[in-house]
Amino acid sequence: MGKNYTASKLSIDKLELIANDIRQDIIKSLEEAGSGHSAGPLGLADIFSALYFDILKHDPENPNWEERDILLLSNGHCVPVQYAAMANAGYFPKDELKTLRKFKSRLQGHPEREKLPGLENTSGPLGCGLSQAAGISLSMKMDKVSHRWIYTVMGDGELNEGNIWEAAMLCSKYNLHNIIGIVDRNNIQIDGTTEHVMPLEDLKAKWESFGWHVIDIDGNDIEAVIDACSMARAIVEKPIVIIAHTVPGKGVDYMEYDYHWHGMPVGLSDVAGAPPKNEQAKVALKELRTLRGKIRNEHE
Amino acid sequence: MKDLHLLDIENWGSEPTRKGFGRGLVKAGEVNKQVVALCADLTGSVQIAPFAEKFPERYVEVGIAEQNLVTVASGMAKMGKIPFTASYAAFSPGRNWEQIKTTAALNNQPVKIIGAHAGLYTGPDGATHQMLEDVALMRVMPNMVVIVPGDSVEAEKATIAMANDPRPNYLRLARDKSPVMTTDKTPFEIGKAYVFSPGQDLTIIANGTMTSVAMEAAEKLFKDGIDAEVIHCPTVKPLDGATILTSVKKTKKVITIEEAQISGGLGGAVSELLGENLPVPIKRMGIKDEYGQSGTPEELLNHYGLTVKNVMVNAHTLCESK
Repeated sequence: MGKNYTASKLSIDKLELIANDIRQDIIKSLEEAGSGHSAGPLGLADIFSALYFDILKHDPENPNWEERDILLLSNGHCVPVQYAAMANAGYFPKDELKTLRKFKSRLQGHPEREKLPGLENTSGPLGCGLSQAAGISLSMKMDKVSHRWIYTVMGDGELNEGNIWEAAMLCSKYNLHNIIGIVDRNNIQIDGTTEHVMPLEDLKAKWESFGWHVIDIDGNDIEAVIDACSMARAIVEKPIVIIAHTVPGKGVDYMEYDYHWHGMPVGLSDVAGAPPKNEQAKVALKELRTLRGKIRNEHE
Repeated sequence: MKDLHLLDIENWGSEPTRKGFGRGLVKAGEVNKQVVALCADLTGSVQIAPFAEKFPERYVEVGIAEQNLVTVASGMAKMGKIPFTASYAAFSPGRNWEQIKTTAALNNQPVKIIGAHAGLYTGPDGATHQMLEDVALMRVMPNMVVIVPGDSVEAEKATIAMANDPRPNYLRLARDKSPVMTTDKTPFEIGKAYVFSPGQDLTIIANGTMTSVAMEAAEKLFKDGIDAEVIHCPTVKPLDGATILTSVKKTKKVITIEEAQISGGLGGAVSELLGENLPVPIKRMGIKDEYGQSGTPEELLNHYGLTVKNVMVNAHTLCESK
């Protein structure tokens, strides 16, 4: 039997606290790993708290539960947020997060389906997740399976890849409306801002012209993420993409909005304005603990 | 060989290998409802059309988008489907190699990659469409099985075998008609090489359209006093090392012949096997680090030296230099 998190709702403040835990776990695991991406995973923590603790129908004790929803991480470099969310949801002990990117770890630098139960795809090379979602959805259609949703998280920089738009055309052609794309619109990629490297705007118009229904939200607002996904599940005329505007590095002041932190771990970076290397993790965790207190106070 | 139920040379037929694939796919689809097919706007020429007509509900047209072709198939394989993806080899695996690696091979999903119009038999289309590097590209990929059938009858059996194989597979097909040497009774198993013609003096290892060239050469060499053994090696990976080593221990001389780049393909695989286990003189025949060009298959095979006559010349050279 599987567990349906939507059946036992957690309050928004609880989900915010979980997002805060996920952020602290990201910082700790990246510091321990000594490499990896910081900004994207931190920005996605609210979305992953919402996904694993409210939106997804899934069962950590039975990762292959046949009724589960499918979550595909297309931008595999952001996997530290997925590992942290999975550990918090009970897929594996939180201690294992310390093995991120280490030799023989199940937590590979980029996610590998065969290494860790609960991962649905192998990714890292960008642009493949939406196509895989299409294949899953087409199979469900052939097998007359309904009421299973396929959530596909993509980066905004990833939308530079042609493969994404090949998939976008196909999903629209076959009206694969059980696909809910989530674009992490944090405006940064490795070499700079997305609009500098390869302009994406008007992004909403792009998706609409490819035949998608677009929902635009603040991706750091957990309630907005949950509402958008509820709305998306009710739409049957088109595939749905949620453009989730997030703050890269969210929760750690010296990282927020700074593209230099895209591909950098805490503890090893000379980014201007950052604390000394050996203080970076400490400062980040202190800030996150302060935020945690604020979340508690707000909801008391 | 009687137990292999091969046709005598004078009774050989003629049909493109892709036709056999088309028949095999329909048969596989009749037996197993999980077999699905995807194509990138080439249904007729890659022979997916018979399946698409018979099972429209199990057919997906992805348009001219080879990256999408294999990644969509990866998602279908995840859901228990057995997806056959077909395009020209120049585009798949030529264009989408990384997607095949990440989403099919490393992800270990049983996606079936059909590379049609591979090799010189593509003829007048020219170098862009004459895929000669596919065998090497696919052989180097962990988890991937690489099959180069010798004729259309074997291509049909290979297709059915692929539907029952849990691994990702690559099947190489040719465009133009090539000789049909085998029959319905000829055995085919993934991973097996077959001694099509036994001999003592020299081992000729071939696959694809070149097995018929090797067979003709062996018959003529026998009249010249050279008793050549022909091994047909349709599975390049995993290679049937036992059959090859047994033969080469006896003959101590080898020719490989394939309609692909000699680096990394069948010649490469055999050289690696023998280099480590049984170093003997070897002559690799194939395309030597150059591209194809427009022409008829016959003109091209002559130009690149893939002829019965050249096999005989090389056999004489090897046998006389001992």
